[in-house]
Amino acid sequence: MAFAIETSALEKSYSVGFWRKARKCALHPLTLTVEPGEVFGYLGPNGAGKTTTLKLLMGLVFPTGGTARILGMELTDPRMKAQIGFLPEQPYFYDYLTATELLNYYAQLSGIAARDGRRRVDAVLARVGLADAARVQLRKFSKGMLQRVGIAQAIVHDPQVVFLDEPMSGLDPMGRREVRDLIQGLKDEGKTVFFSTHILSDAETLCDRVAVLHQGELRGIGVVSDLVAEFSGKMELLWHGAAALSAIQPCALEVHTTGETIRAVLPESEVPGALETLRRCGGNLISVSPVRMTLEDYFLARLAPGGGPASPFVSAAPAGKAPEVTP
Amino acid sequence: MRRIRCIAFNTFREAVRDRVLYNLVIFALLMVGSALLFGQISIGVERQVLINLGLTAISVFGILIAIFIGVGLVSKEIDKRTLYTVLARPVRRWEFIVGKFCGLAGTLLVNTCFMAVGFFAALLYLAHGFHRSDRGLLAAIWFIVLEFLIVTALTLLFSSFSTPLESTILAFVLAVVGTFAEDLHNYARATHGLTQVAATAAAYLVPNLSALNVISRVAHDQPIAAGLLFYNTVYGLLYATAAVAGAVLIFERRNLK
Repeated sequence: MAFAIETSALEKSYSVGFWRKARKCALHPLTLTVEPGEVFGYLGPNGAGKTTTLKLLMGLVFPTGGTARILGMELTDPRMKAQIGFLPEQPYFYDYLTATELLNYYAQLSGIAARDGRRRVDAVLARVGLADAARVQLRKFSKGMLQRVGIAQAIVHDPQVVFLDEPMSGLDPMGRREVRDLIQGLKDEGKTVFFSTHILSDAETLCDRVAVLHQGELRGIGVVSDLVAEFSGKMELLWHGAAALSAIQPCALEVHTTGETIRAVLPESEVPGALETLRRCGGNLISVSPVRMTLEDYFLARLAPGGGPASPFVSAAPAGKAPEVTP
Repeated sequence: MRRIRCIAFNTFREAVRDRVLYNLVIFALLMVGSALLFGQISIGVERQVLINLGLTAISVFGILIAIFIGVGLVSKEIDKRTLYTVLARPVRRWEFIVGKFCGLAGTLLVNTCFMAVGFFAALLYLAHGFHRSDRGLLAAIWFIVLEFLIVTALTLLFSSFSTPLESTILAFVLAVVGTFAEDLHNYARATHGLTQVAATAAAYLVPNLSALNVISRVAHDQPIAAGLLFYNTVYGLLYATAAVAGAVLIFERRNLK
């Protein structure tokens, strides 16, 4: 079975400068695959090359090297384009149209018959919670409503693969929650979702796998459940009693005091000594627990200078698959 | 074909909902109305004045609409990123360009029809009826439509590779130079050497809008030959097609940053 998304040394560079002789690399050769039905998070700070990758996959810019296929088809294949949906970053739509008119337009462009189109438009508007605003011109929409109509246009033709560029960008917590639920809904339907974001908590909640991109370079790919379960090499101690604090503090990485309760994060090797100190000082131990890696830890480690694929959780492939090659 | 029709209809709908268009159309109708006024105070030549002013108003304002809306056809879609969601669908780039062209051409055709109705109403009011020679007016209006097609296609061509301001300037310059194309041909014939080559090339390259301007002729009841009708139609359609093809060639290779 074909990969939902497959890139092989896909790269993009631009000519810059007055004489157009200098080259600026927006995306270094990128090789990755996304399985059908996977929710894939494409993480990176601003300017990392996330949008460039999406534009390459959508055929909006042309690669200077490498190849890419979606659902096993070339990027220029209209049959493939009928099976994908795309939400650009900070979308703007024809604001003289109503939500219904806009979605009808996109449905027709996607080859949906008029009768089917009307039914699907109504259904998708209800799904994104815009049924009441169906006849309102888009110029009267709030940012959150525009984002929802953006997702609606991306799924109105029931695509197999949905690409979302920063879908949570600029949304309030309620809006983010709604978009998260929509993505979760797509996942439940078995759609492949490829979304770029720098909001790590959303990626952690939704994604099966994530890739981290920095300065146009893929810094690593990982299965989210593995990443967040990974032991960080640190332990968290929780106790009552301030007497032991001064003895433990020098070897602790972090210390937080809340009333009587003290929380300290220590390297694993320091834990036996700290427990002994606690016993001697009469501290009341509440818990000792390993500190798990967060997606943020992983992300920041990938972004650090030399943050290549040396981490134990890099090169993680989808369950049951061979590991991917990462740079 | 369905996708082109869909894009064309959306372009038409955008223009119809744009206030700028109505301002220009109302202004053009006012010009036709004022032509009526000028005609009434021009003793003996009322009809000529009305035809000259009325058809010129239709032509000038149509060209203004073609340029002002045409420059934004592609650039606005790129700037606002509306194009991204269109081209992410099974829409080929050439279909987008052709759809946009057809949409604006359709808008101009409908506008011209409205303005022509206003013009003929004014003529009927002034002359209390139509003459057999008034058929020439229809030919003049058809030539004006051909002018619009050429200017729209050129504007689309310029907007496929330059900024809206540059496109506006280029389109205006070509539209103005095009109205003096016959003079450019005459100048080319009067020169020698390299100047003649350059002038001849320029004369053939710019749109020959002067050949499409028969307003003065029909105002004086001079007939429009069937040959001229045929050649002008072929010329206008070929020129517009070539300009749209140029826009497609450029746009097919363009990175949408």
